[in-house]
Amino acid sequence: MSGSEWTDPRPMSPHVQIWKWHWTMAASIFHRVTGVGNYLGALLISVWVISIAAGPEAYAFVEGIMLSPIGQILLFFWLTSLLFHFANGIRHMLWDGPKVGFQPKVASGWSVFNFAFAIVAAATIWSLATNLF
Amino acid sequence: MVQLTLPKNSKVGKGKEWPKPEGAKNTRAFKIYRYSPEEGGNPRWDTYWVDMDRCGPMVLDVLFWIKNNVDPTLAFRRSCREGVCGSCSMNIGGQNTIACTKGWDEVAGKTITIAPLPHLPVVKDLIPDLTNFYAQHAYVQPYLKTDTPEPEKEWKQSEEQRNELNGLYECILCACCSTSCPSYWWNGDKYLGPAALLQAYRWLIDSRDEATGERLDDLEDPFKLYRCHTIMNCAQVCPKGLNPAKAIAKIKHMMVERVA
Repeated sequence: MSGSEWTDPRPMSPHVQIWKWHWTMAASIFHRVTGVGNYLGALLISVWVISIAAGPEAYAFVEGIMLSPIGQILLFFWLTSLLFHFANGIRHMLWDGPKVGFQPKVASGWSVFNFAFAIVAAATIWSLATNLF
Repeated sequence: MVQLTLPKNSKVGKGKEWPKPEGAKNTRAFKIYRYSPEEGGNPRWDTYWVDMDRCGPMVLDVLFWIKNNVDPTLAFRRSCREGVCGSCSMNIGGQNTIACTKGWDEVAGKTITIAPLPHLPVVKDLIPDLTNFYAQHAYVQPYLKTDTPEPEKEWKQSEEQRNELNGLYECILCACCSTSCPSYWWNGDKYLGPAALLQAYRWLIDSRDEATGERLDDLEDPFKLYRCHTIMNCAQVCPKGLNPAKAIAKIKHMMVERVA
C-alpha cells in the first residue's frame, strides 16, 4: 500500500499531509527516534572508552572532539534522548503489563510529562555535572 | 512500507473557490477534498463558504448545506445522522471522526478542512474504498463459534461475563480508528488494524465462544497483531469513545498467557 508501489488508478487519500497530531503520536515517533539516538550515543561513548585504552594521544584527540561545541551538543542530545527513552519505556511497560494509562487524556498528559521530564532532567544532570566536575 | 509523500496521481492541487452566499453575515470557509473519476486528473481542494446562521449544528449539516445550496456534485456517504451507522466517517480538521456527531463549532481554526479517511483509494470526493477494511473484519470471523451442541433456548451468560463486552460491542465499524493509525497506513495490507483487532478481542473475551485458541492462532504472525506500537491515534479519534489500543494490549496478553 506504499506510495512507491501505488498502482491504483484512483488517488490515495492524504494522510500525514493533513493529520493533526496528538501528543501520544509525537511521543511514539520520538521513542523510535531516541532509540536510534541512544545507539549512536553509545557508539560515541565506546569510542571514548576505546581511546583510553589506545593511549594518551588518542584520548586527547577524542576528548577534544567531546569538549568541542558540537561534541557537547551531541552529548546533551544523547542525555536527553536516554532520559526520554527511559521514561517512555517505563510507560510502555505499564501499558503492556498492568495495562494502565490507556485513556486518551491520561496518555496525552503522560506524553507531555515524558517530554518535559527528559528536558528538565537532562538540564539538571548537565548543570550538576558541569558544576561539580 | 513507510512512504511519507503521496503518489504522483494523488497530489492534491488547488481547486475552485466557490462564491460566498449572498446576504450572509456569519460565514465560515470549508476546504473540501474533491476527486471525480469521470473527470479524472488529480484531486483538488475546493473552498466553500457556508452561511452558518442558516446551517444545522453538525459538520454533516454543513455538507448537506453545500450540496443543497452550492454544489450538488459533492459526494459523501451518510445514513443515520445520529452516530449509529458509521457511514459518514471522514477526516475533519485533521482528525478522523463521523460528521453527524461532530459539531462545526468544535473544530478550531478559521477554515475547516474536510478530507476522506486517510491513506485509502478514493472512489469519489469524500468516499474512500473500504474493501480491504471489510475483508479484515471478515478475517477475524466476527460471530459466535461453538463445538458443544446448541442449547434448547439460548447461550447463557452471567452479568459479569456480559460486562466484559462493554466498550467493545459498541463499535460501529466506521473505520476512523484503523485509518488514523500510521502503522495501518504503512502496513495496511498485512496489519489487521485497530477496528478488526477490537472486534477480534470482542469474540476472544466472549464467555460463550469456544474458538479462543483458533482465534489466537489466526492472529499469531509478525504483522496481523504485533504491528500495534501503541501510537494511540485509534483511541484518540474513536467517535464512540472506545479504546482499540487497550483491546490489542489484552490480546497480546492472551498470547503470552497461553504460552506460559
